[in-house]
Amino acid sequence: MHFIFESGFFSSQPVRVALTIGGVVAFVSAVVGVFTVVRGQSFAGHTLTDVSTAGGSGAFLAGMSPLLGFVGFGIVGAGAMDLIGVQRVRGRDLATGVVLGAATGIAALFLYFDTTSRATTGATQQILFGSIFTIDPGEITVVVAFGAVSLAVIAVIYRPLLLASISPDIAAARGVPIRAVGLGFMLALAVSVGLSSLAIGSILSTALLIGPAATALRITRRVGRAVIAAIVIGVATTWVGVLLAYDSYYWSAGHNAYPVSFFVVAVIFLAYLASGLPAIGTRTPGMPSVAP
Amino acid sequence: MFSAFMTNAWVIATIVAILAGVVGFFVVLRGSAFPAHAIPNGAFAGAAAANLLGLNTLLGLAVFSVLAALGIGRLGRRGRHDVVTALALVMMLALGALFLSRTTEYEPAIYSLLFGEVLGVSTTELLPVAGLAAASIAAIFVLYRPLVLSSIIPEIAEARGVRNHRMEIAFLVVLAVATATTVPVVGALLIFSLLIGPPAAARSFTDRPPLAILLSIAIALVTVWAAIASSYASNWPIGFFVGVFGAFAYGIGRTWAAWRRTRTFAPFSAR
Repeated sequence: MHFIFESGFFSSQPVRVALTIGGVVAFVSAVVGVFTVVRGQSFAGHTLTDVSTAGGSGAFLAGMSPLLGFVGFGIVGAGAMDLIGVQRVRGRDLATGVVLGAATGIAALFLYFDTTSRATTGATQQILFGSIFTIDPGEITVVVAFGAVSLAVIAVIYRPLLLASISPDIAAARGVPIRAVGLGFMLALAVSVGLSSLAIGSILSTALLIGPAATALRITRRVGRAVIAAIVIGVATTWVGVLLAYDSYYWSAGHNAYPVSFFVVAVIFLAYLASGLPAIGTRTPGMPSVAP
Repeated sequence: MFSAFMTNAWVIATIVAILAGVVGFFVVLRGSAFPAHAIPNGAFAGAAAANLLGLNTLLGLAVFSVLAALGIGRLGRRGRHDVVTALALVMMLALGALFLSRTTEYEPAIYSLLFGEVLGVSTTELLPVAGLAAASIAAIFVLYRPLVLSSIIPEIAEARGVRNHRMEIAFLVVLAVATATTVPVVGALLIFSLLIGPPAAARSFTDRPPLAILLSIAIALVTVWAAIASSYASNWPIGFFVGVFGAFAYGIGRTWAAWRRTRTFAPFSAR
């Protein structure tokens, strides 16, 4: 056992915090992620992570918890994207891209202030690439609360969201308020992205959102089952990543541990590639059809 | 502001703006905003790897961004394109973070690679950048007609013997080379603003490709020059100004298009 779990893995306080927060965040991201993939909004999801980068670095500058900045800016960004029309398919990527460009510009400015005026090193690294081992245990309550809000929104709009995601035309014909459902989903997405930004860093958080969900949707086409599969994959990959990062401390004599976010992203990426292996030979180009 | 050590900054920023104006037009036309965002992040990993191994940064940038482009093109044939792009993007970023964590100059290196460092350009760096930029623009020029056709109406392009998938790969490679050239100047995250903002604004003013390309170059030049001047005056990072001015140009374009729509009532010219 000591070969896999290096000594002190389960008794270490930072590890327990990392496993708890990582688990909660992976759970929420997986649920929201399945809808993000089905709706083809990966780019919008990724843009929100860059918007939350600006928020996180701004909060750091103001001396607040980055989480509040991540989530706050994410919600504002979601509203802005809805306003300039990311719901329409035509021109959607452009509107998203412009928000993304402006957000990274603002993030550049805040991070510049973080590193110069406050004389605190590590801000850039912590905001962009995360450091789940250094999260304050007190944050767990806030993380769980935000996660619950995001899941609650999804639960409330589950059926109309599902219909609007799979076939917007039928949903519109049945009187589903597509715009309102889309906006509600963007809010849940913003909160979820804020959480994953805290866990693995704002510009890597797309991995937790898209990776497990895309892997699950390759395994099963039924959205309900895909949500469950995505949760399992997301939580498992996150925990494996944390474990590998902890163990990597012992890999070299210099005790120079590798960044934990790298392992989480790498494991998720490998899981996605592995899920595509059985499909080689049976060519299904383009979008796989999904069923409720 | 125009002193000797600033000359290189002005020259290289001008090259970058022209390149971004041309290549960005096709990014906007083809709707490849997401790959255009992902490939620079691959370049970030390449620069980090070169930094770690002590190799030439431009080499690392070029190799990794071309690999990212081919990877996105290849994986995108099976599976969802946007999903593949997103995952390739974060994987590259994570690799970059890993490489940089092995070096001693972690924090400043991350910052300058992601957000740019226009003021530190040396004269020896100018020549390869100019050469690669010229090569990218020449490639676009050669591919011009089939590329425009396959971007606007892929079905007709296919019927005329244009291989759309090959065209996609070719364009992604050009995009990758252009990216490798520009990342050290404006940074991995902000080259994207330059590739999207000015061309998107240009397309709000005209539908004719040659005119739109020229306009896109002009807007990109104004954006970059204004960004350098503001950065010099305020001491704030250039990336901030590029990002904000790019979005501002797009805003003006959208406003102009909306204003024109209210004046002309012809249903076919309104888009």
